[in-house]
Amino acid sequence: MKIVVAVKRTLDAYVKVRIRQDRSNVDLASAKMAMNPFCEIAVEAAVRLKEAGVATEIVVVSVGSDKVQEQLRGAMALGADRGVHVQADDELESLNIAKLLRAVVEKEQPSLVLLGKQAIDSDNNQVGQMLAALCNYPQATFASRIAIADGQATVAREVDGGEQVVKVTLPAIITTDLRLNEPRYAKLPEIMKAKKKPVEVLTPAQLGVTLRQHLKLVEVNDPPPRKAGVRVGSVQELVAKLKNEAKVIA
Amino acid sequence: MKVLVIAEHDNISLKSSTLQVVSAARKLGNEIQLLVAGHDCAAVAEQASHVEGVGRVLVCDHESLAHQLAEAVAPLVIQLGSNAAAILAAASTNGKNLLPRVAAMLDVAQISEVMAIIDASTFVRPIYAGNVLATVQSSDPVKVATVRTSSFAAAQIVAEACAVETVEPRSSQTQSCFVSASHSTSTRPELGSARVVIAGGRGLGSAENFHLLDQVADKLGAAIGASRAAVDAGYVSNDLQVGQTGKIVAPELYIAVGISGAIQHLAGMKDSKVIVAINKDPEAAIFQVADYGLVADLFTALPELAAAL
Repeated sequence: MKIVVAVKRTLDAYVKVRIRQDRSNVDLASAKMAMNPFCEIAVEAAVRLKEAGVATEIVVVSVGSDKVQEQLRGAMALGADRGVHVQADDELESLNIAKLLRAVVEKEQPSLVLLGKQAIDSDNNQVGQMLAALCNYPQATFASRIAIADGQATVAREVDGGEQVVKVTLPAIITTDLRLNEPRYAKLPEIMKAKKKPVEVLTPAQLGVTLRQHLKLVEVNDPPPRKAGVRVGSVQELVAKLKNEAKVIA
Repeated sequence: MKVLVIAEHDNISLKSSTLQVVSAARKLGNEIQLLVAGHDCAAVAEQASHVEGVGRVLVCDHESLAHQLAEAVAPLVIQLGSNAAAILAAASTNGKNLLPRVAAMLDVAQISEVMAIIDASTFVRPIYAGNVLATVQSSDPVKVATVRTSSFAAAQIVAEACAVETVEPRSSQTQSCFVSASHSTSTRPELGSARVVIAGGRGLGSAENFHLLDQVADKLGAAIGASRAAVDAGYVSNDLQVGQTGKIVAPELYIAVGISGAIQHLAGMKDSKVIVAINKDPEAAIFQVADYGLVADLFTALPELAAAL
């Protein structure tokens, strides 16, 4: 069984985001970048399925500038077999990404596509579901457990109010949530080996995809700051303030 | 202008988040249709018909919709909403699962977690875990968006009922099926819509200690929440998690107990009206967003607080 994993290059999760002075966008110039944490979980899930003998090949895909090849190498150091780099702008909309990924899926014909449930930059939480719609595949989003058997995936999903277990017929799309696994770190010999693994570079035109802009970013802003709070010396003082000053308790 | 709102429900009752989505919908159009897709959901349709501002309730009651799987609901939404100016749902796990699928089928963008509506095509939404607010403008004929419910007031429930129309299901699908669900049962208010939330972090130290929050929650009629650290440590189940990857809440009063205040947690609660932090570490980041900070050992402060209320 072949698995395609899609990964995104994002601002490192531990770096504080800044916005440009003209507020036209966030400022990523010289910022530390990394693989989106939810995508790392998707890669780890694929690697574990291969280690368990369920998957035979893992193809990792990323859409963006040449720099995304760093993240493809990173995924291959973790166990992906080969990479596909779709050359495009770094800030494509979800629907355009989904269209490019559909073309890759049509080319690769995997049984399973794994994606992170959302990227920590745009926080859209869309690409997996859109890809499922475009491929007319079933979707199991926000996965916290995955079991594959008899051409089906049984997936526990993290939903409001608890957990839902669904069964989807393969080929299917699964998006990964935080508790699915804890991604491993790449070992040096694997990092060296990953440098020799093949990466195919494709353009949207080669994939027969026309990109179209649906959304325009008008501006970005800092959220309104909270006014400075006060320290209280005791529980009694706290309760008095909540009653008389904030008036939030009776 | 017609706006189709997807009702959030469990076949038994209409979730209050739907009321906030209806408020958002009223900023986008004057003909609000509320879709109740489910099974044995007549009671939900009845409740939906009393939401102020809703012109028509569309109810599609079928076995195949019992668990509201996206594969089954999306074609129905397309059928009913492709001629609408907007299709909205709460930014719940249901809404987030469904609407991107709908948007892709309509070949339009989807706008996630709308916090403010500037005009019929311009929206404000959080990016980078709410550390940046982006204003985006859509050129699509149909705006498909999930709504951050804590950013909108709830529509009223009125005595008068609007028309309820029955809709036939579009098609059956066999790609996905429901296996099971485990839902935590609680008599407390729903975390997403509670007026008061008391949340615990790793500082509580154990699942047993987490119950120290109960007494205060009982006195205040509060919902109980948790930080990701507390969930990861296994003190409580993940559905109580407040934060970027959990629930986004904005109650009147948020009491954070033994929570350090990681960015990921702050993203889920910093829009609360009044924030109280109780932590023994005076340097904890949570104090930077707290209106009232109490540096104290929570094991003495919590019983004191329960007694003082």
